[in-house]
Amino acid sequence: MPEPLLEVRDLKKHFRVKGARLWNAPGSVKAVDGISFTVNRGETLGLVGESGCGKTTTSKLVLAAERPTAGIIAFEGRDIAALPDGQLRDYRRKVQVVFQDPFSSLSPRMRVGEIIAEPLQAHETLSRQELQSRVSELFELVGLRPDMARLFPHEFSGGQRQRLAIARALSTNAQLIVLDEPVSALDVSIRAHIIVLLENLQERLGVSYLFIAHDLAAVSHLSQRTAVMYLGKLVEVADSLELCTKPLHPYTKALFAASLPSHPDEAREEIVLSGEVPSALNPPRGCHFHPRCPFAMPRCREDEPALKEISPGHTVACHLY
Amino acid sequence: MPVSTSPLLRVEGLKTHYFGFGGSRVVKAVDGVSFTVEAGETFGLVGESGCGKTTTCHSIVRLLSPSAKIVGGRIELEGKNLLDLSAREMREVRGRRIASILQDPMASLDPLFSIGNQVAEPAYYHGLLRGRPLHQRVRELLAAVRIPSPEKRLKEFPHQMSGGMRQRIVGAIAQAGDPCLIIADEPTTNLDVTIQLQYLNLLKELQQATNVGLIFVTHNLGIVAKMCDTVAVMYAGKIVEMQSVRGLFYEPRHPYTKALLDSIPKLGTKEPLYAVPGQPPDLSALPPGCSFHPRCAQAMERCRTEEPPEVRDNSGRTTRCWLTQPQEAVHA
Repeated sequence: MPEPLLEVRDLKKHFRVKGARLWNAPGSVKAVDGISFTVNRGETLGLVGESGCGKTTTSKLVLAAERPTAGIIAFEGRDIAALPDGQLRDYRRKVQVVFQDPFSSLSPRMRVGEIIAEPLQAHETLSRQELQSRVSELFELVGLRPDMARLFPHEFSGGQRQRLAIARALSTNAQLIVLDEPVSALDVSIRAHIIVLLENLQERLGVSYLFIAHDLAAVSHLSQRTAVMYLGKLVEVADSLELCTKPLHPYTKALFAASLPSHPDEAREEIVLSGEVPSALNPPRGCHFHPRCPFAMPRCREDEPALKEISPGHTVACHLY
Repeated sequence: MPVSTSPLLRVEGLKTHYFGFGGSRVVKAVDGVSFTVEAGETFGLVGESGCGKTTTCHSIVRLLSPSAKIVGGRIELEGKNLLDLSAREMREVRGRRIASILQDPMASLDPLFSIGNQVAEPAYYHGLLRGRPLHQRVRELLAAVRIPSPEKRLKEFPHQMSGGMRQRIVGAIAQAGDPCLIIADEPTTNLDVTIQLQYLNLLKELQQATNVGLIFVTHNLGIVAKMCDTVAVMYAGKIVEMQSVRGLFYEPRHPYTKALLDSIPKLGTKEPLYAVPGQPPDLSALPPGCSFHPRCAQAMERCRTEEPPEVRDNSGRTTRCWLTQPQEAVHA
């Protein structure tokens, strides 16, 4: 029985923005608008969606870098909003992040050994020797030579830097790592290195991942379950392989249709969506997807569909089902 | 190689090197690259960053940085060597015969000029159209790349458009001079997947309508599978394998191509990925012999010392690998 590590219920984050014109009333961008998901211990949940759909806001909320407007984030069964300061610190120790661009996420003025030691120093009191041996261990864990600790980030390639970022995330024995597009900025052959490394680390350490990306193939490869997000809402959540073979929501179908073939004769139904993602400032009424949906019905313009469980573990928000 | 009528573009033995520190450091970014592109054909150039694909493209339009020099080879467009042209003659070629679509549309559009102005520029500059017909042409071009209400949009500026729309505007500009060859250098890298599909389909349609040759530079093998007819895989400044797109996917011959194909996750399966060991090499300090041998799983003694020549077989496929050397090797 999988044990839930992180549970998110009806999470909302609305940002107030000034009106488009001087006299307009301020509006709000519903960046994340009532999403719920669970990340189990030792498992990976993939979160896919196009830019502007709220993936990154979700990751910031999970990292407790932003306060939610409404909703609950529970870690190991406890609501993090209700945690006293000391325990919030502990939460931050257990939940770490790896960003997309390893060129901007590592300080160019620090030796990489210091970069990796920093979270350890912040969260634990260790002697210099202990610290050093921990850093060496971490270097070996991600496949780097411990004597590289004296170098600066500019002396590393993109793939190596992403390894450093992963080592930093692991340094405090994190239980959940938020991976925000960790391989998008890397070359194809290096991408495989990092994906394989992440898989091995999960197997060895039992760490959970929240894997945020727009590359469906990478997400479905790495994660057990995948959630599809569109304009601040989840439209479909399912087992990754089931989502690939039997996508239900028209948006998920379109995403799979738009993801590129793996060989030239791969037959796939092409659903070319018209238009672009509407602004989250003024989302369409009813189902947010209806203006681009090839199967839109009159009802979709009025009623917003709720997430329904179609088969065990497969939920979808669409009036078609 | 069979020399029939001259192809649209023929690049032969192109060498472009970067010279740094007063010539003491030479980076052989492009080192003996040969390929041809026919009218209406889509030619894919695949490789990782730093393998020389962008330098190849910049060499074709001769827009290289001052530290780079074309030190050898020929670039023939419809039988004429572009390397013999003067700077002025070259300006006649760019935009009119060869157009480029670059990765970042915000960097290739001028924020201070209206869309209409920028789309009109190639047609105006090359003395093709003036006045009303020009205006008409701009509207047609915008409509052809599916810009809604073109009449209104051509008065607007790049910042008023979304990323996908900007890239379509760049597509319209590329078409404006009626080119015979379009070089698209990772045009969809900054776009979302659904927008990317729209754009790729649009490029295909435009190509079918105008029969232009298309050079598609990318590191995404999925795009290659969807778009290209012929593919060249570049590694460390050289084309290591070139053949038809089906051949490449079903019967890859160079170990690097095989490794690339095995390193991408495929939808619907959880087959383990193959991670090519090591890093792409530093172009200023290439390993001796075959540049790929330190990362190659099938490297032999010979690969460490001798560089494999480019060999073309009967069906026109080329490879640079000792493993694929046939008995009666015909040197290309």
